[in-house]
Amino acid sequence: MPYNVAVCIKPVPDPKYYDKVTIDPVKKTITRTGIPILFNPVDKNALEAALRLRERYSGTVAVISMAPPEGAEILREALAMGADSAYLLSDRAFAGADTLATSYTLFHGLKKIEKEKNYLFDFVLCGCESADGATAQVSSQLGEWLRMPHLWNVFLMDAAETGKAGGEHEGNVFSVKTKIENGYMEWRIKSPAVMGVSRELNKPRFTSAMGIVKARNKPITLWNRADLSEADDEFLGLKGSPTQPGEIFAVDLKRSGKFLTGTHEEIVKQIVAIMKTNGILVGD
Amino acid sequence: MGVKIWVHAEVFEGEIADVAFELLSKASVLAKSIGEDAKVEATLVGCGIESKAALLAEYGAVTVHMADDSSLRLYSPATYVHVLAGMADAHKPDIYLFGATAVGTSLAPAVAARLKTGIAAHCVDIHIGGEKELVALVPSFGGKVIGEILCPVRRPQMASVKPGVLVKKSPAPVPVNIEKQELSSLKLNERPDVSQLEPVKTERHPPEGLPLKEADVVVCGGFGIGGSKNWQLLEELAQSLGGAAACTRPAVDEKWCEEHIMVGTSGQSISPKVYLGFGVSGATHHVCGMSKSGVVINVNQDAEAPIFDVSDFCVKADANSILPLLLDAVRPDGKADRRE
Repeated sequence: MPYNVAVCIKPVPDPKYYDKVTIDPVKKTITRTGIPILFNPVDKNALEAALRLRERYSGTVAVISMAPPEGAEILREALAMGADSAYLLSDRAFAGADTLATSYTLFHGLKKIEKEKNYLFDFVLCGCESADGATAQVSSQLGEWLRMPHLWNVFLMDAAETGKAGGEHEGNVFSVKTKIENGYMEWRIKSPAVMGVSRELNKPRFTSAMGIVKARNKPITLWNRADLSEADDEFLGLKGSPTQPGEIFAVDLKRSGKFLTGTHEEIVKQIVAIMKTNGILVGD
Repeated sequence: MGVKIWVHAEVFEGEIADVAFELLSKASVLAKSIGEDAKVEATLVGCGIESKAALLAEYGAVTVHMADDSSLRLYSPATYVHVLAGMADAHKPDIYLFGATAVGTSLAPAVAARLKTGIAAHCVDIHIGGEKELVALVPSFGGKVIGEILCPVRRPQMASVKPGVLVKKSPAPVPVNIEKQELSSLKLNERPDVSQLEPVKTERHPPEGLPLKEADVVVCGGFGIGGSKNWQLLEELAQSLGGAAACTRPAVDEKWCEEHIMVGTSGQSISPKVYLGFGVSGATHHVCGMSKSGVVINVNQDAEAPIFDVSDFCVKADANSILPLLLDAVRPDGKADRRE
């Protein structure tokens, strides 16, 4: 059975540059000037999972992103990895969205793809969290908007098993594991479904030179507010976000940073002394 | 009408997760700052859990809204979201708090989406603001920035809080008032998402040794440890000190240790009396999880390593030149003493 899979991708500021993030003390805004954008790392695991489904069962892989126009370069990378088509939802009306508004916008984007392609998605895959906000909320909320069952923190998706016709699991059922504290939960999930995947699920492939060449001829469709004609302003962008940002603070975690000096043996003695004065029983 | 502060009490293998007591303790503080008409209530979902409701009362829940049914024995977002959103819809809480556990992280935003309301994720603190509204403090950019999140219009105002960051008060025995949720009216069996998703089982292997959060001294290893052999020394050191070993993301990636001891935004938050780091570079994602430590000592051969900016004491040296010497010095058999 071929699968139509959608993968949600977020372009994020490169975590290597988080030291460069500053706060404008007057305007209370975050300045991230000069920080390059990056394919949110764990979203690559979601794309890899989708590509493997296509390789094994045939089908299609569409990637979708809600981002400013420069997000197109990340979608181009997804196409080079092997996605068939890409959709960028970009409009000032989408800006300032919290997770509820973001998932709502993605939901309408996915519905529009289904309409244009004249198929229904079997799986919608997301990374389990983004490197910048790290709320980990979008995949579950997207599942709610789509009215599909959803699982978060998926680290194992076993080969589909075909249930007996008319039986409890008619159609294709996946055996899936999700990470929990000190262990895992095992599930049986039937498509259509939404999954937020973890970085342990697979090892994302590198883009090949051939992939990059092929990607040049693949379309990136740009949709704005007007294109998502069935979406309601009540749930879009900053205005449609139930949460609103208040004050922001830079966190100053700086400490005195006194360097211990001497031979290694002398340094070890100093460390032991510091631990003792701070209530750690050492060698007593 | 009085303000209602709800706390979802997560049940895991028949026991209430500690974060529920932390949240209830905080909810009582929130109720005080709102005023006399505010009250704390809890939600409890599972199978054979009625006896646990009394514990929630001891931490301040005046009413426990409970759904106790064999179909709820294992967590599933499909059933639990439906039950909790149904309860919230019927009773209209003003604030609804969840633990940011693995289950809470999947459950809380789904409940919020069902109720079309706002939720602040993985908060490091919450309080009541000037307009008697919930103010949630949320870290972003790996903890480099903390932002306030408000939910000015829609209700309930929701938040998930990481386990171990709020302080649990001491319990006081009080009689519990249980309000049972009838499941038949929710028609769970008729929902397609319920029939599509079947929780099969839960497997847990609680780690041996002292839990990271309870350790007075944490010995943390990063990429600079360099290999699994050296990692064993680090674990030995942690054990000899009566503390616990922790790690950063690269140490997990190198498979020197298990992810459950990882400290940082996507791992644990710790606040030991002493943090002793070896070969830790100091990525913001890690620093966010250890910055509440008492005294911070770090050994790194790179004098420019960012970790030194957030350390009280720095040692510029190869982690593996200090580690064995320190281990000798602190071994309980007093090897170091004998040598003297």
